[in-house]
Amino acid sequence: MEELIQHIINGLNLGAIYALIALGYTMVYGVLQLINFAHSEVYMVGAFASYYGARQFGLSDNPGWASFFIALLISVVTCSILGLLIERFAYRPLRGAPKLNTLITAIGVSLFLQFAGQVVFGADPKVFPEVLRDQPLFTYGEIQVQLFDVTILSVAVAVMFLLNYFIQHTKIGLAIRAVSFSNRSATLMGINVNTIIMVTFVVGSSLAGIGSVLVGLKYPKIDPLMGTLIGLKAFVAAVLGGIGNLPGAVVGGLLMGLSEEMVVGYLSSTYRDALAFGLLILVLLFRPSGLLGQMKVEKV
Amino acid sequence: MRFSLIILFAVSVLAFGACTKKTNSNEILVGQFGSMTGAEATYGISTDKGVRLAIDAKNAAGGVKGKKIKLITLDNQGKPEEAAAVVKKLITQDGVLAILGEVASTRSLAAAPIAQQHKIPMISPSSTNIKVTQVGDYIFRVCFIDPFQGSVMAKFTHNNLKLKKVAVLKDLKADYSLGLAQFFVAKFKELGGTIVAEQTFQSGDSDFKAQLTQIRGSAPDAIFIPAYYTEVGLIARQARQLGLKAVLLGGDGWDSPKLFEIGQAAVEGGYFSNHYATESNNPATIAFIKNFKAKFNETPDGLAAAGYDAAMVLIAAMEKTTELTSTNIRDELAKTTGFDGATGKITINKDRNADKDAFIVQVTGKALKFIALIGP
Amino acid sequence: MKMWRGWLLVIAAALVVSTVSEFALNAYLQQILYYIAINIMLAASLNLVSGFCGQFSLGHAGFMAVGAYVSALISLNFQPFADPHFAFPFYALAGGLCAAAAGFLVGMPSLRLRGDYLAIVSLGFGEIIRVVLLNLEVVGGARGLYGIPGASDFWACFHMFFWAGATILLLWRLVHSSYGRAFLSVREDEIASECMGINTTRIKVKAFVISSFFAGAAGALFAQTTNSLNPASFQFVKSVDVVIMMVLGGMGSLTGSIVGAVLVTILPEALRPLQEYTGVDLRMVIYSATLIFLMIWRSEGLLGSREWTWFWRQRAARS
Repeated sequence: MEELIQHIINGLNLGAIYALIALGYTMVYGVLQLINFAHSEVYMVGAFASYYGARQFGLSDNPGWASFFIALLISVVTCSILGLLIERFAYRPLRGAPKLNTLITAIGVSLFLQFAGQVVFGADPKVFPEVLRDQPLFTYGEIQVQLFDVTILSVAVAVMFLLNYFIQHTKIGLAIRAVSFSNRSATLMGINVNTIIMVTFVVGSSLAGIGSVLVGLKYPKIDPLMGTLIGLKAFVAAVLGGIGNLPGAVVGGLLMGLSEEMVVGYLSSTYRDALAFGLLILVLLFRPSGLLGQMKVEKV
Repeated sequence: MRFSLIILFAVSVLAFGACTKKTNSNEILVGQFGSMTGAEATYGISTDKGVRLAIDAKNAAGGVKGKKIKLITLDNQGKPEEAAAVVKKLITQDGVLAILGEVASTRSLAAAPIAQQHKIPMISPSSTNIKVTQVGDYIFRVCFIDPFQGSVMAKFTHNNLKLKKVAVLKDLKADYSLGLAQFFVAKFKELGGTIVAEQTFQSGDSDFKAQLTQIRGSAPDAIFIPAYYTEVGLIARQARQLGLKAVLLGGDGWDSPKLFEIGQAAVEGGYFSNHYATESNNPATIAFIKNFKAKFNETPDGLAAAGYDAAMVLIAAMEKTTELTSTNIRDELAKTTGFDGATGKITINKDRNADKDAFIVQVTGKALKFIALIGP
Repeated sequence: MKMWRGWLLVIAAALVVSTVSEFALNAYLQQILYYIAINIMLAASLNLVSGFCGQFSLGHAGFMAVGAYVSALISLNFQPFADPHFAFPFYALAGGLCAAAAGFLVGMPSLRLRGDYLAIVSLGFGEIIRVVLLNLEVVGGARGLYGIPGASDFWACFHMFFWAGATILLLWRLVHSSYGRAFLSVREDEIASECMGINTTRIKVKAFVISSFFAGAAGALFAQTTNSLNPASFQFVKSVDVVIMMVLGGMGSLTGSIVGAVLVTILPEALRPLQEYTGVDLRMVIYSATLIFLMIWRSEGLLGSREWTWFWRQRAARS
């Protein structure tokens, strides 16, 4: 029983990370109908930005909430700038082109960042600086709950609520919803679509930046390829919950984390990755709109 | 449009032709392949340093038979198919006489058949999987093999540490890990201990809580993690986070300065078997460490020592040949006896493996403390 | 008689290439030549399903893996033929058929999806195939298969290029037939072609299965030229490689696939000296940058949807 509860806690923690990254995917897809493959690489760059920033400013010498927020800030700013650059130079020229071209470009950007990262940062793993000390928050028998785990989970949920409020109850959020509904009509209504898309990318990339610092603290090993698998699984989580749907991303992420944990714990670690894709395929075949999404009817 | 296509084709073909290098008959070409980039980059880089120390020293002393040795090092990025491709290039394109490499058994296994096929001797400095030298009579190694290493750790755990219940966490993607785990388990059971759990993971994973939770449930005294340092560090941390107080044990894959960097306090006190120890009394070892520190300004790890020894054994064999051909070098390598290496006395036995002692070391902060020496 | 012209051309070309390879090139360059043949098959087969039929598939590496492992298993365990003249076609067929079956299983459920979703599902299937291979002990699991007896002599080269040529020839004939027009119509406007009476699902599945067959044949031949197989060679990056080849050459152009395959195979090797001098591996960086530039500035690739006959006709028209 205790084992099961520990597994559930582990799974929720894993899921919270997927949720954070999935939110980024889902936002961009909602607005541009584009699967931003480069999102996971933006996440990776954020981790390295805080790594270098922390070393530059000696943040790991005084670990604490102040250092943590500075590292977070560095990561968020870097990710936002990178996200903007990608949007401006890789996606915007293809705004009117067939979807396929944009998809291929997204894959190209993702690969480019991965390999450029290997060249610039070096392909060997680095150790993320300890800007915050981890402590066991409470222990019940054999079950341990760590500070980081609680932080990640609460950040993911808080972000979800904040984002939801932002999208549903603010003017910019209204504009974003308008652009995601119809690009052309939004322009006719006087909305500057380019600005809105930039805002979306900034928000999405910032989420990636936050996620990267949290993950860097939890799993201190960072390397240029760290984004690939986690990005793919977060994408599956977004699709699982209904792509374009914010609460769906979080629900999908948590579910992915839980199922992965159960499979690895009770079956075998070998099927860990296959599970992600298996889930993806099942969802797309039987309920393509995801758990919380709505069916879109295609008109001729 | 068509014209530019033709130009593109022509340029590619020309670039190709230019790839074929011209050989300088005044040099002895030796090839090295290793993982200079990728997840296990420190292995390749360390080994390379050891190899270069040996070869540069020899060249400074006049070279072999008056000719300088030219070392051609190619990076396989940690991938087995790249290892095969670069070895093929070294042999057929660059025309090397012998090859040094690799650390990881999987990559050695990918490259060995090619060396064997072209009859070029290949010396692995620290691949311990038993299958590597079984590929053919041109493949050698200057280190011990997993059956020995596994039983050494089993004996140490059972007899020295007196721990009876061990859990095993092995890497499915590495031949090294699977082989070492297999032999450890066999010997440990033979000595009377019990293996309370066996879990697996894959290199590249970063979350091991699920497997560790299962292991925790079986209450082991120690956990044997025969894997590479990148994962071991993370595993150790997560084990401690889950409240596991078991002693951590491992093999020579732990040997890297990054291990403590990643694992920190969690790996402190862990034991692993290694090819050498910095505190050894062996004069050859002491001399090697001194020269290495002078050249590279850092303390060498086991892989650098193994790389050094592999290069030295090759040089010694080349010196002994009447004529420098690959077959002669191979024959002389097979006859290596009692060679005084930085990792101990190296004798190549009939299976082309080295009968050597294993050093048990303990992780104490950034340094490694010598604990015991166990012979074959 | 016209039918035989193509086959004669293929056989002649294969003979020429093998002769050059046998007498003028060393083992390293020969290996590159083999990779060119395999990549031609992969790029052309992907072009059928993605370029001509418009169904973007990112899981091509999975089908290649199926073909490769089937061929490796048979040659490791059974060794039915020693004579390369029988061995190579047999392995290629066996690998191809198994991959085609896999393609059918994958295609049937997935081809209901459109665009992005199909791409992701195909990616997923490609990865699942790889993970399954990673876990099956009978194919060596994560360590892969070693010691596959293969061949790399004159006749091996001939057979590989024969298959590459045959792939191009067969796909050419297919595309220039009524089936080909059906593929194109599905690509252009699926709903309209349904209205025209074309069973789009069936057509799409057909394209998928045929393309998987050739991918599997390519994989089978790949296994015969390398000594060891590892699931790590069939990751998503491999599928992207094939996509780059196809896109570079031009989606919808078989000649383009040949051009793309040759360029993409040669480029990393030609850049290797650069890597040795500078010490950094810029090959993949250049690769991916090329893809981005291609999509932004010349998304139709080098040849667009033109074939080499187009150039002939241009010449004829001008004169």
